[in-house]
Parts: sequence; C-alpha cells; structure tokens
Amino acid sequence: MGKRVLLVEDEPNIIEAIRFILARDGWTVETHSDGATAMDILTASPPDVLVLDVMLPGKSGFDILRDLRAHPATGSLPVLMLTAKGQGRDRELAERYGATRFMTKPFANAEVLETVNSLHVGAPGTV
Amino acid sequence: MSFNMLVTVALAYVVFLFLIAAYAEQRTRRVGGGWLRSPLVYTLSLSVYCTAWTFYGAVGYAARSGLEFITIYLGPTLVFTGWWLLLRKLVRVGRSQRITSIADMISSRYGKSNGLGILVTVLAVVGTTPYIALQLQSVTLSFGVFAEPGGEFWAPADPASTGLWVAAGLAVFTILFGTRNLNSHERHHGVVMAIAVEAVVKLAALLAVGIFVVWGLADGPADILARIDASPIAGWEVEPTRWAGLIFTSAAAILCLPRMFQVMVVENTDEAHLAAASWAFPLYLCLMSLFVVPIAVVGLEQMPPGANPDLFVLTLPLKEHWDGLAVFAFLGGFSSATSMVIVAALALATMVSNHVVMPLYLSTRQESAVMSGDVRNVVLRARRFSIAGVLALGYLYYRFTGGSVALASIGLISFVGVSQVLPALLGGLFWRGGTRAGAAAGLMVGFAVWLYTLFLPSFGSLGPFSTEMLQNGPFGIHWLRPRALFGIEDMDPLIHSVFWSILLNTIAYCGVSLVSFPTPLERLQGAQVVNVFEHTLGARGWSRGSAEAEDLLMMAQRILGATEAQALFQTEAASQGKAGYLPDTTPEFLDLLERELSGSVGSATAHAMVGQIAGSSSVLVEDLIRVADEAQQILEYSNQLESQSEELERTARKLRDANQKLTELSIQKDAFLSQISHELRTPMTSIRAFSEILREGGLTEAESNRYSGIIHDEAIRLTRLLDDLLDLSVLENAQVSLSLGTARLTDLIDRAISASGAVTELRSDGGLDIRRDPPSETLNLVTDSDRLTQVFINLIGNARKYCDAPKPVLTIRVSARDGRAVVDFIDNGSGIPARSQDIIFEKFSRLSDQAAAGGAGLGLAICREIMARLGGSIEYLPGQGGAAFRVTVPLAAAEAPVVSA
Repeated sequence: MGKRVLLVEDEPNIIEAIRFILARDGWTVETHSDGATAMDILTASPPDVLVLDVMLPGKSGFDILRDLRAHPATGSLPVLMLTAKGQGRDRELAERYGATRFMTKPFANAEVLETVNSLHVGAPGTV
Repeated sequence: MSFNMLVTVALAYVVFLFLIAAYAEQRTRRVGGGWLRSPLVYTLSLSVYCTAWTFYGAVGYAARSGLEFITIYLGPTLVFTGWWLLLRKLVRVGRSQRITSIADMISSRYGKSNGLGILVTVLAVVGTTPYIALQLQSVTLSFGVFAEPGGEFWAPADPASTGLWVAAGLAVFTILFGTRNLNSHERHHGVVMAIAVEAVVKLAALLAVGIFVVWGLADGPADILARIDASPIAGWEVEPTRWAGLIFTSAAAILCLPRMFQVMVVENTDEAHLAAASWAFPLYLCLMSLFVVPIAVVGLEQMPPGANPDLFVLTLPLKEHWDGLAVFAFLGGFSSATSMVIVAALALATMVSNHVVMPLYLSTRQESAVMSGDVRNVVLRARRFSIAGVLALGYLYYRFTGGSVALASIGLISFVGVSQVLPALLGGLFWRGGTRAGAAAGLMVGFAVWLYTLFLPSFGSLGPFSTEMLQNGPFGIHWLRPRALFGIEDMDPLIHSVFWSILLNTIAYCGVSLVSFPTPLERLQGAQVVNVFEHTLGARGWSRGSAEAEDLLMMAQRILGATEAQALFQTEAASQGKAGYLPDTTPEFLDLLERELSGSVGSATAHAMVGQIAGSSSVLVEDLIRVADEAQQILEYSNQLESQSEELERTARKLRDANQKLTELSIQKDAFLSQISHELRTPMTSIRAFSEILREGGLTEAESNRYSGIIHDEAIRLTRLLDDLLDLSVLENAQVSLSLGTARLTDLIDRAISASGAVTELRSDGGLDIRRDPPSETLNLVTDSDRLTQVFINLIGNARKYCDAPKPVLTIRVSARDGRAVVDFIDNGSGIPARSQDIIFEKFSRLSDQAAAGGAGLGLAICREIMARLGGSIEYLPGQGGAAFRVTVPLAAAEAPVVSA
C-alpha cells in the first residue's frame, strides 16, 4: 500500500483540487468533510499525513488537532493545517496545538505537494 | 414761684398728656389712626432716645468733656442714614415675625428659645434699671432746684419721697396706657402719641432756653462763638479711640435699647416711615444738640463754681428770674424723663411678663391655656405688676446710688450693657450659621465682662468691689483687674469695657455657633429672619390664633401636595358626616394629620406644627405656612439631589452600556474581518488551484471543461460576495438613497419571482412551487420598489436553496393591518431551529455549509437593513410548519383607512 493522506476539508471544490494534485503524485487521497466525526476516522486507520482545514462544520480544525495529539494512535502524526482566515493568531494557535506545518489559502499547488511529501519523508518509521 | 405751683403745673401737664393719649387711643379705635400713623409721629416717638440725660445731661457732659457729647448722637445718625442696610431688615423681621420686644426678637430668631428670652430680659432689666433711676434722679433734681428758689445748690427737702412719687405716678400712667388691652402687635397708639407730644415739648423747651442764652444772656451767635473760644470747653481735645468707642456704643444702643426697639420696631405701623425717619430723626438730634455748647459755656461762665452743670438748663433762666421759661424748661426735662421711663417700663414689662412670668404661670398650671380670656387677664396682670416692679427697681437703684454718679456716665454704662445684645442681633439678621448656643454664650460672656469691668466698678467703693481689688485685681491676680483686663492699661475704663465685652462676646457667639448644631426650628427661624425679604411681602392680613381647618388644609397642601391633602381632609370630613373639605379639628383628626405630615417633614416638626395649633391659640398661621414652605424647599432640594444622583446613575449605566457595546463591536469587527477573509479566500483557493492545474496541461477535454467551469462559478461567487458586502456596507452606513414611490405589491412579487428564477439555477431540481393569492396582493405601497423587490428575491431564493422538502412549496400570503401590508413567505421545509432563529439575520450566519455555494450568509442581514430603511420590518415567523418570514411594509396613505376600516 502506497502513501496515504487524509484530507479533512468541507469545500467541495478545494477537496477536488487537492485530491487531483496529490493523486497525480501517487498519493492515496481519502477525504472527510465533517469535523465532528474526523477523530473517529483518524483513530480507526491513521493516515501517513493529515491535511486539516480549520473552518469545519461540527468541530474546528484546532480542536481536532488538540485531540489527535492527545491520542496515542495519532500523537506523532504529521499534520499540515490549512486556513482561509490568514491571521497571525491562527498560526500561533496551530503551533501551540502541535501542527507540523501551516499554510494559508490560497496556496500554490506545488507547495502543497512539496510540503505533504516532506512530511511523509520526515515522518519516523517510513521507508 | 412756689414749689406747690410747680407741682400743679406738672400735674396739669400730666393730665394734658392723659388727654392726648386717650384721644389717640379713641381715634385709633374709631377711624384706625389716620394722621396719627404718620411718619412725623413715628419720628417724634423715636425721640424717646433723648432722655433727661440729653436734656440736662448733655449740657453737663459738654461742660465736663467738651464736644464729646456729640458722639451720642452721631451713632444713631449713622444707623438711621444707612437705614435700608439694617433697620429696614430689623423692622421687616419684627413685623413679619410679630416680635414684641428685643428679647422676643433674639428668642424667636434662635428657634423660639425662651432661655435666650430670659437672658436678654435679665440683661435688659439690669441695663435699664440704672437708666430709669437716672430719670427719677433728674426729675427729683429739677424739683429740688425749684424747691430752693435761686437754685444754686442742690438741696431738695426730701429727694427720696419726691422720687417715690414720681415713680408711682409714672407707673400709674404706664399701666393705664400701656396695658389697656392686649393686641397682637403690642402697639400702643396712645402712648406713642403722648411721647410724640412730649418730644415736641422737650425740643421746644431746649430751643427756648438756647435762644434765651444766646440772645438774652449773650449778644448773639458771634458773641457766643467768642465766649466758646475763651471757655475751657475749647481746650478739650478729641480722643479718637474714645470717640470711635462712643459712636459705636451709641449706634449699638439705638438698636438694642429695649425702649428704642419698642418704638422703632414694635410700634412701627409702616415700613415706609423709616425712610422719612432716616433724615428727620438725625435732624431732630441735631436741633436738640444745637444749643448745648452755648448753654454749657454761658453756664460755666455765669454760674458760681461748684454749680451742677447738669442743671444749667434750669438754673440759668431761674437766675435771671425768667420763671416762665424755667417752668417750660422743667416741663421739657420732665417730658424727657417721663417718656423714657414710660416706654422703657412698657418694653421691660412686656419682656418680663412674656418670658418670665407667663412661662412660670403656665408651667404651674396643668390644664392647657386654651381659654384665651383667662390667659389674657393673666397677661395683663403680669404686665402691670412688671411695670410696677421695673419702676420699683429703678427707684431702689436711685435710692442706693442717688446722686453719686454723674448723669452721663450712668447713661453710658447702661448703653454698653444693652449693647451686648448686638452680636446676637446682627448675627441673627445676617448669618444663618448663628445658633442658640452661640447666642447664649455670646450674651453671657458679654454680660459677665460688662458686669465685671464696668457695671460693678461703677458703684465705687460702695459697691461689691473694694478699692484694693480694683487696684490689684481679685486675690491679687494682676491681669484680672476689672479696669485693666489681660494687662491692658491706660485705656479709658468705658472703652476698655466696650472693647473687651464686645470682642469676647462676638468671639464666643461665632465660636460656639460654629461648633454647635442648630435644631430644626432654629434653622427654620434663621432662614426666615435672614431671608426675610424673600419670604414676606410687607403687611399681612392674618391675625393671631385663627388656625382653622382651612388653614390646616393650606398648610397640609404645601407639604403633602394639593390632591393628597384634599383627599385626606375630604375623607375625614365625610367620616364626620360633613360635606366638603373642612372637617372639625378633632384630636383624632389632628393625630391623623400629624402622622401624615410627619411622613414629609419628620415627626418632630409635624408634632410641633400640629401640636402648636392644637395646644394653644398662640400659633400664627403664617408661621406654620412658612415652616411648610421651608419644608417644601428642603423636600424639593432633596428631590433635586435625588434626581441628580439618578441622572448620574443613568449616565453611568449608559456609559457601561456604551462600553460594553464597543467591546462587543470590537469583537464583532474582528470576527467580521476573519469571516470576510475566509469567504474571499475560499473561492480564491479553488480558482488558484484549478488555474494552476489547467496551466500545467495534460488534462482530458472533460477535465479541462469541468475545472474551468469550477473557476467560472467560483469567480461568480466571489463577485456576488463582493456585491453583497458593498450593498450591506452602504445600507449600514445609511448612505443609501431611497427612491420612494407608489407601487403595487402584486407587481413587486411578480418581478421578484421572475428575477429569482433567473439567478437561482444552482438547485438542480429547480421546481419550487410558488402559491399566491393575487386578489389579496392588490395593495398600494409607498416604498422603494427596487429595494423591496430585492428583499422578496432573497426570500424566494432562500426557499429555493434551503427548502429541503421533496416537493418544495412556497406560499406567499398577504394581508393588511394597521396601515401596513404584511407579506408572509412560508415554505414546507424543515424550517429553522428555534435556537438559530435569533441569529439568521446576523452577517455570515449561514446555518449549514452544505449549500454554501449559494452565498456568504449576508442575504438576510441585507434584507433586515433594507426593511429598516423602508420603515418596515422583517422577522422570522415561527410555528408555520416550515421556514417562514414575515415582511411588513407601510401602505400608501389612501389605502390605510380603507384597510383598517
């Protein structure tokens, strides 16, 4: 099984764009749109990399990040946080809660791909 | 001329005075005064200031001390020429407060304190007794002059018995005319008239003697001036300290002397008389003193050395055997003495009976003093005994000290004594801070210092102070020497006493006033007196003891308010079986009234007010009303304070609210910016991502089409979002200009439906069934039709986007009520949860993101702003089975009555 990324995002068009970018590079892209149930998916089968939006229906990306860092199965999962709010405060929060990387929408496709790849390479236990 | 003849003339003169007095009394009773109440009579009655001391003593004074006697007239002249400063207020207070004496004045000002009344009475009696003795002495002396024709030596056959007869005669006269009746003003027209006549007699007599001396004994004014230059009188020098002290003392005396207060304030019938007296009285004094120096000079020249200069006025004509003139001069002196004694006795008797005898009498009788006839007799009897008592005191004083002291010095001692009232009097008139304790302290200190430094030493070695003590002070304490207090030596004994007594008196008065706390009644009285010109409008028609139900009602209205007081009185009257507003003043009702009043003015005042009416007939209605006015003012003031603090509280609350709002707004602003960022960046993200993908190429035809379609849609979404934001911003800043016009509701709905059909393609099934009732829509509106249509489009669009029923139906229901068209948009979806109904009109309050592609959540916020601008409203209408919005909008004017009918 190849490299697997989970994208938690609620905008259909953005999901489609990211899926296209990562899939083209050989990633298996799984998506989830509901913040409230994201943790269940994560803990059931943790992906290699998590791309996490902040503004989500049901539960905010920050809350999910805090929970998954506290959970043994996902405590060291590489996480790329995406936010459309673009305020300094959001970056601070992301760092405090333990995001591995942080990006502001809109993003360059190449940058997203590069970041996700680097997260996968840098992750412990990968080949 | 025989002594018996003289006695006959004197008696005839007295009878003449009797007739004058009787005539005046009768005339006043019959026609109410008339010319008897003229400024002339008032001014002449003031001449009671000029006693035998003036008539005989001034010449003696001039012979001894030169022009110094003038100071005794300068003081009063100053007081009268500045009448509007002080006298006007004094007289106004006296009239408005129904003052009966100087003691009553002080007592009344300081909260109707009888203790103060007694104190002033004692002071007045002690201060006046020597003065009365002085008058008896002068009459006796003048009799003596005639008893021994030639009159060069003072050797009456039996001065003691002469004095006794004179005293007894004066007592009878005073009792007859001073206590004939009691009236509320303590005015005695007969006495005043007699005094006015006596004033004329004494002035004429002195002028006659003066003319006789200048043109008879000397050769006219030029000769007199030459003789004055040659006489020892010319050698006297003015001592500034003594002059200033004497002017001050005489100015104080004319205000404080009980007899002056009696004629000046109590007997005053018209305030305007003061204006005339302000020049006429100084003129009278001027005439009285005109010939004093010539008589003194000629007397010193022509009479043998050792002749009593106090009697030059009599002895000069007698020496030249001008018996007629001598008798006339005798009558002048007799007039001076008797008028003073009569008025002084009257004033003192009023004080003694009102402040000493009556309180004692009432306290010994347990039953109340309501039966006025009974009390009036007691008062009259008390007054008669007091007059006799005062004259007896004067006579006794005369017997003990007879002939030992020159007339002038007795007069001055007396002046300084009564001047002790001055600080309390002036302070009371002009300083609200003066208190009862302060007045009492000042009076007692001043009185004590006067007794110690002037009165008791005046007896010389015959008195209680031994020569040794006068020299070295009591028990050898040097700085307590009566004539050199605190080591101040080389001061004239009189000025020394004036200085220390008035200074310590004033210090005690002010000091104790500042540290003591006035009672409510004191404060009220203080306000009444100090602000007398604000409270009174001249004479009043009220009379003492007419406190009836109506008066109580007036008072109660001022305290309780008209409606409440009237209701109270009406209820009580009804319960007594009477119609109208005026019940009988039963004890029960008075109790009730007192309780009601105490709610407003406090129980003590209420008790005093009602208790005074109920307990005796001596309460004055206007006193009560004034108390009520004052209470009203206090109430108003406290209400003002209360409303001020309420106002402050309101302001503080507003500030807190504004602050809270600002804080909320700041948070909202941050949230809003954050939201905008999110709403703008989200479509941007898709556009950027897909445009990069497209640019890289290598896509299938279908993929390319799909991705460019997404870019297109997101671009439209962005544009619409920006449009909405601008729209909202314009609306919120009230920059929008409405184009108001008449429009038909049905046309607007038609337009909205067709327009929303064109812009709401996002919903693929598309089939929103809109149900209308066109006849009900034929309403004319005055509105901006484009803006209102925009609201309708939004609501229809929302139904298209969010109605989740399998077969969505939107019902548009129109009705008219209260001049407004009410348009309801009701769909058959699942509606909006109750907890969200409040926030759907907020910006970016999109409830779910499922259909987020439609808009940014600004639609309803915009609708709300538009409806507010149009004078209508939009609200969520719960309980309709689906999402329901109610829009209300004003109807055209012509439509309104038809619809509401």
